[in-house]
Amino acid sequence: MTWTAVLALAAGTYLLRLGGILLRDRVTMPERLDRLVDLGATALLVGLVATAALTESGGFAGWARPAGVLVGGLAAWRKVPFVLVVILAAGTTAGLRFVGVE
Amino acid sequence: MCSVRRTIGALDRGDLRDALALAAAIMVVGMSFGALAAAAGVPFVLAVGMSVLVFAGGSQFLAVAVVAAGGAPVAAVVAGLLLNLRLLPFGLAVGNVVGTGLVARVLGAHIVVDEVVAFSRARPPERARSAYRLSGTLLFLGWNAGTVVGLVAGAAVPNPNAFGVDAAFPAALLALLLPALRGADARRVGIVAAVLALAATPFLPPGLPVLVALGGLLVVGRTPASRGRSVTGSGCPS
Repeated sequence: MTWTAVLALAAGTYLLRLGGILLRDRVTMPERLDRLVDLGATALLVGLVATAALTESGGFAGWARPAGVLVGGLAAWRKVPFVLVVILAAGTTAGLRFVGVE
Repeated sequence: MCSVRRTIGALDRGDLRDALALAAAIMVVGMSFGALAAAAGVPFVLAVGMSVLVFAGGSQFLAVAVVAAGGAPVAAVVAGLLLNLRLLPFGLAVGNVVGTGLVARVLGAHIVVDEVVAFSRARPPERARSAYRLSGTLLFLGWNAGTVVGLVAGAAVPNPNAFGVDAAFPAALLALLLPALRGADARRVGIVAAVLALAATPFLPPGLPVLVALGGLLVVGRTPASRGRSVTGSGCPS
């Protein structure tokens, strides 16, 4: 890792972030586009949840992780406080791994 | 009465507690990043500089891993930027939340992070901005503090997967997403998005499958259904 690489990654990443924000300024959003941006963020976040819960390096992540996410998701659906959701998810996965389920 | 009891200054106590939980989890991941960077021979100042300036965990892990595996720095930067491409549409989505002043934009842009975006979207509109800044600031502090601890502790840092931290993040995002998924069209978009991202994962480099999830927008209905971004948690009208 070099400073050049770090600075290039940092600058590129920052420009992506800022670019999105400035783009929002540029366009006066008709309501339909506004709704698309909102649903687009939902689509991206669902995509993140699905891939982070189920996959690792392009393959299946094993059973322990999705089981924890499922428990956390059910807890959230039952309106369990957010902090507990996070702890339940991590605890389930950690427990399963502890007993040998990967 | 209700809002008076539940807020400290401009901050909502529930928001603070939830953001602290996220920050604690991100700190654990930051520790493992610091440990990985130390093991890969990344100098202390460079690794800290990376966490402060890049502040996008996935791309940092990826870049360090690429270089550690003998890849060229250019390849590491390209892989990291591919993974971060999603931050552009996320920036677009929070563009009306960050604030209008120059400082608000310059600093607000740096905290466009998956969890921060999800966190502010899960709050009612009048609290979205303070929730955005609060979670962004705490995550930034947690991530960088974790990096420093990890660099110092090195091999003594245990694998965070042993504590199930890898399940905590998708679960947290899912919990933050649930209110948005109440709308029928959001649910339809979400299902297609998940299927597309999963189907693309074996074939595309990291970062792109999540962008493929945007294909879920193809099933958006014509009429704006109920927007389903309602209040979570407290029953306070605030």
